Amino acid sequence: MADVELRNVAKTYDNVEAVRGIDLDIADHEFVVLVGPSGCGKSTTLRMIAGLEDITGGEITIDGDVVNDVPPKDRDIAMVFQNYALYPHMTVAENMSFGLRLKRFPKAEIKQRVDEAARILDITELLERKPKALSGGQRQRVAMGRAIVRHPKVFLFDEPLSNLDAKLRVQMRIEIKKVHQKVRTTTVYVTHDQVEAMTLADRVVVMNKGKIEQVGTPNELYHKPATKFVAGFIGSPAMNFIPCRIEETSGRLCVRLSDQIAFPLPPERAARYKSINRDDKLLLGLRPEHITDAKSNSGPGFEPFEARLEVTEPMGMETLIYFPVNGAQVCGRANPSAGAQDGAPLKMTVDLNNMHLLNAESGVVI
Amino acid sequence: MTMATTIDKAGPRRKLRSMSRDRTWALRWSYVFLTIFAIFFLFPPIYTLITSLKTSGEISAAVNPWWVYHPTLSNYRELLGSSQFLRFFLNSAMVSACVVVITMLISIPAAFALARMKFWGSATLATGVFLTYLIPDSLLFIPLFKMFAVFHDYTGIQLLNHWYVLVIVYPTLTVPFATWIMIGYFASIPKELDEAAIVDGATWMQTLLRIFVPVAFPGIIAATIFAFTVSWSQFLYPLAFTTTASELVLPVGIITTLIKGDVFNWGQIMTGALLSAAPPLIIYAFLMDYYISGLTAGATKG
Repeated sequence: MADVELRNVAKTYDNVEAVRGIDLDIADHEFVVLVGPSGCGKSTTLRMIAGLEDITGGEITIDGDVVNDVPPKDRDIAMVFQNYALYPHMTVAENMSFGLRLKRFPKAEIKQRVDEAARILDITELLERKPKALSGGQRQRVAMGRAIVRHPKVFLFDEPLSNLDAKLRVQMRIEIKKVHQKVRTTTVYVTHDQVEAMTLADRVVVMNKGKIEQVGTPNELYHKPATKFVAGFIGSPAMNFIPCRIEETSGRLCVRLSDQIAFPLPPERAARYKSINRDDKLLLGLRPEHITDAKSNSGPGFEPFEARLEVTEPMGMETLIYFPVNGAQVCGRANPSAGAQDGAPLKMTVDLNNMHLLNAESGVVI
Repeated sequence: MTMATTIDKAGPRRKLRSMSRDRTWALRWSYVFLTIFAIFFLFPPIYTLITSLKTSGEISAAVNPWWVYHPTLSNYRELLGSSQFLRFFLNSAMVSACVVVITMLISIPAAFALARMKFWGSATLATGVFLTYLIPDSLLFIPLFKMFAVFHDYTGIQLLNHWYVLVIVYPTLTVPFATWIMIGYFASIPKELDEAAIVDGATWMQTLLRIFVPVAFPGIIAATIFAFTVSWSQFLYPLAFTTTASELVLPVGIITTLIKGDVFNWGQIMTGALLSAAPPLIIYAFLMDYYISGLTAGATKG
C-alpha cells in the first residue's frame, strides 16, 4: 500500500489536450474518486497512473518513486476495467491467479490468496467456472478478485459499475465499499456518476475539461462547492441557478431575483457579500431541498414567496416542483402533504442560510 | 369493445403467419440453389472417382462414361506400390508441414505486432502485407528463380531443384494472407484484455502466448488450414523450381510422370488426384471441430 502523487500531470493527443496539468495527493489507504462528464480527462488520468498511457508532462509518483517511465507491470498496481476484461479461456481461479503465476509465486500461496479473495467477494463456489457462465455482477466480482489477490500498492477502477443495471450497481457499490474497508488498499476510482462518487469516496476529485475543478470530501463538495460546475454537477436534482443582483433596501442587503422577488440576506451572509459590486451579474445557487413549501420550514434565514407551479413530480416521499423565476426554471422539493398541483400557486420558502452566490461570468462561488 | 378487441388480435396474428410463410419460401429457395451448387461442385470429384476405378481400356471405350462396368483397384494398387508416387507424397507432406510451421512462426507475432503495438508506420505496413498477397505468383516466379540463381552464384548453395526450395518460396504466399487473417482476429479481441494482462505483469510475449493465442485459436486454425491448402495444392512454383523426379511434389509429380508425351494415363492421373485430395480433407475434418468462433464470449460485457 502506498500514497500516489500527481505533479502538474498533462496529456496531449495530437494537439488535443486531454489533461492540462493537474496536481493531486492521494494518501495511503485513501479512496479517491475522479468524477466528471465524459471527455473531462478522468479516465486518461487513471490510465496514466496505470502506465497504459504515456505522460506528456509532469510527474507521477507511487510510494515515493517516480513512475513516469516504469512499465505497468513494474508499478505494482491492479486495475478493474469497465467491461471486466476477464480472460475467456481461463476459469475464475485461473483468472484471479494469472498475475501471481506470472510472478512465479509458490502454488500454496497462490491458492491461499485466491481462496481468501474469493471468500471476501463471496465467489468461492464459482472458482472453477469460465467467465461466460457468470452473470454481470459475478464477472465484476471476479475482476475485483483478480485485483485483490495481487495485494498491490494501488487499486485502479475504471468505471467498474457502468455496465451493470441500476439495482446491481447499488449493490456492487456497497460491495466495493466493504472490500475497501477490509483490504484498505489505496484506491483511485473513476466514474461519471456523481452518486457513486459521493457514496464511495473519502475524497472526490471533480474534473472538467482536463482540469481539476475541486477536491474535497463528499460533504465539502456538496455544501461548499467552489465553482458553478461543481455546484451543478454534484447533487440530484441539480442546484438551481437564478440570475440575480445584490442591492440595499432600507439599510439591509438584499438579493433581487426579479422585480417582484427580493430576499433580505441573513446577517452572516450580508457580512460576506457586502463588498460585492452592486452592478455585478450574479447567480443565486440554491439546492432543491432549500426551496420548500412554506409549511415545512420557517425560522431565521427562511424567506417566504409565492410561486405558480408549472409541473409537479410526486416521488412518494416528496414532490418535486418546477416553476419559473426570472427566466430560469427552478426545482424545489415539497412535502407530499403540501398540496402542490400542476398550474396552481403555492406558498414557498427559501433557506438563505444555505444559499450560494456565484459570479455569472467566471462561475466562481463567492 | 369486443369487436375492437377481435380486430386488434387478428392484426398481429395475420402478420405472424405471413412472416413464417416468408421464411418457408426463403428456405425452399435456399435448398433449390444449394442443391444446384452441390451437384455442380460434386461433378468433377465424382467423375474422378468413377474414372479411377476403370481400366485404361474401359476409359477409352465408347461406353457410358458415368458407369463402371468392370470395377478395378489396379490403379490404386499400382500408384500406392510405386515408390515414386510415395516419394511425391512424402515431399508434399514435408513441404506443407514446414511451410505451415514457418508461416505460423512468422504470422502470429507479425499479426500481434501490427494489431496491437502501435508504432511508426504500423498501419502502412499492415496494408503493405496485404498488397504483397495481391501480386500473382505467375508474375513472381521468374524474379524468384533469378534470385535463387544469383544466390547460388554468390554462395555456392544450390537451392533450385530441391524440394526445400519450396519451403522458402511458399511463405511468400502464405505469410501475408495468414498475417492478414490474424490481424483481423487479434483486432477483434477487446483492448482491455491485453491491458489487463499487462497490468497483471505480463510481457508482450506472455500476453501473446497466454492470452492472444488461446483466445484467437479459431483464427489460428483458419490460417493453418489456409497455409496447408496453399502449400499442398501449389502448382506453378514446384513446376518452375523442381525438375528431378525425386524432388517433385504431388501435383507436379502426377502430371510429369503419368503423362508421357501425348499418352495420358487417365486412370492413374485420376487416382493420384483423388489420393492427393485426401490429406486436406482429413485435416479439415479434424480441425473443423475447433474452427468455431465465439471463444471470446464472456471476456467482456455482451
